[in-house]
Amino acid sequence: MKRDLISITDYSKEEYLKIMDLAAEFEANPNQDLLQGKVVASLFFEPSTRTRLSFETAISRLGARIIGIADPGSSSTSKGETLHDTIKMVSNYADLIVMRHPLEGAARYAAEVSHVPVINAGDGANQHPTQTLLDMYSIVKTQGTLDNLNIFMVGDLKYGRTVHSLLMAMSEFENPIFNFIAPPELQMPKEYKMFLREKGIRFFEHREFTDIISEADIIYMTRVQKERFSDPIEYEQVKNVYILRNAMLEKTKPNVKILHPLPRVNEIHTDVDKNQKAYYFEQARNGVFTREAIISHIMNLK
Amino acid sequence: MSDDKKKKLKLKVSAIKEGTVIDHIPAQNLFKVISILGLDKIEHQITFGTNLESERLGSKAIIKVTDKFFEDDEINKIALIAPHAKLNIIRDYEVVEKKVVEIPKEIIGIVKCFNPKCITNNETITTRFKVVDSSPIALRCSYCEKHTVGEQIKMV
Repeated sequence: MKRDLISITDYSKEEYLKIMDLAAEFEANPNQDLLQGKVVASLFFEPSTRTRLSFETAISRLGARIIGIADPGSSSTSKGETLHDTIKMVSNYADLIVMRHPLEGAARYAAEVSHVPVINAGDGANQHPTQTLLDMYSIVKTQGTLDNLNIFMVGDLKYGRTVHSLLMAMSEFENPIFNFIAPPELQMPKEYKMFLREKGIRFFEHREFTDIISEADIIYMTRVQKERFSDPIEYEQVKNVYILRNAMLEKTKPNVKILHPLPRVNEIHTDVDKNQKAYYFEQARNGVFTREAIISHIMNLK
Repeated sequence: MSDDKKKKLKLKVSAIKEGTVIDHIPAQNLFKVISILGLDKIEHQITFGTNLESERLGSKAIIKVTDKFFEDDEINKIALIAPHAKLNIIRDYEVVEKKVVEIPKEIIGIVKCFNPKCITNNETITTRFKVVDSSPIALRCSYCEKHTVGEQIKMV
């Protein structure tokens, strides 16, 4: 039976750990012709250059050929073809589909229509599981473990799908602590807080971005997006409250790393970039190894 | 007036010999129930009454379907819009069994996802939900994973 990766919860803890091990293997030896002779379809129904390049690099390093859509304006979709028909057709050509789509649930639906495996590269505000796995790989690489970590999440915790998925995945590990720092308008939704309570996981909510980060092992920054606010004045008030500056890192733990799914705007000051605690560019690099791991796992090659 | 006559007067929809009586349907949902059960597409004799007095619902509807006996899976589909519906199974004019409806674990093709950005609202797809809570009813879309709750629940 084919296995897809649509939501982060499609994988068990054992599979998370397997992907972590495989990613380390690919980091040590990135070019492996495991997919030689295979064709992978890269379908980006909404532009996302960063994610697309990361996937296409991973596919290339595995030795497969890529067909696909990079610009939705030029695809058959713009002529009115349904997602159903596009996926039906492409699954007759390719051995694997990597798909990004602006509508939520599009990836799950594509997986039902396709007879080849589908990897979700983001479906609207819903899921982006390969991002979560690369976040986890960055955590395990820098902390040596996924257990007993104090994880701070900062910024837009209401709409940020990356923080939601990371919360779900990290909750599978031993004794995590979560600290949420967000303006009142962008707090962690209650269904996630209920989920943590039911699992007996400790979490704390803060409005101020202060010295409390001295307890952190991981600081996960997100962008506060202007379009989330109905009142532009409100946005102006909060947008500069959640900026991480180098001086704020003085009292933090030596092992702390700063993650960000990128692109950033102004929420991490450029003076942080030189600090060895800044990890967001390496995090993006880890994405290629993690995606090589995911693809080879889904294709039963490893 | 004899008791029997009073009883007959009360009975505003005529009795059936064999079949199923679905009672205590909220009057405003009668036609949705008919549609969900596909009663508009079968050839059995059907009688129904609506805007009947009901102590519990204020105004109720009742459907009588001759020679038709529903499977539980089939009848439970109406639980979302007629949660208090009661079924009387009739054999030779007598009620031989009474049933209530139960909210199923999964709702397929009946409810619309409330999320306008859900793929099911943008392409012709049969909706599918897991029932994650019963009061108020909360449905988790199997596609976009968002919850459609209580008042947000609308029929396809």
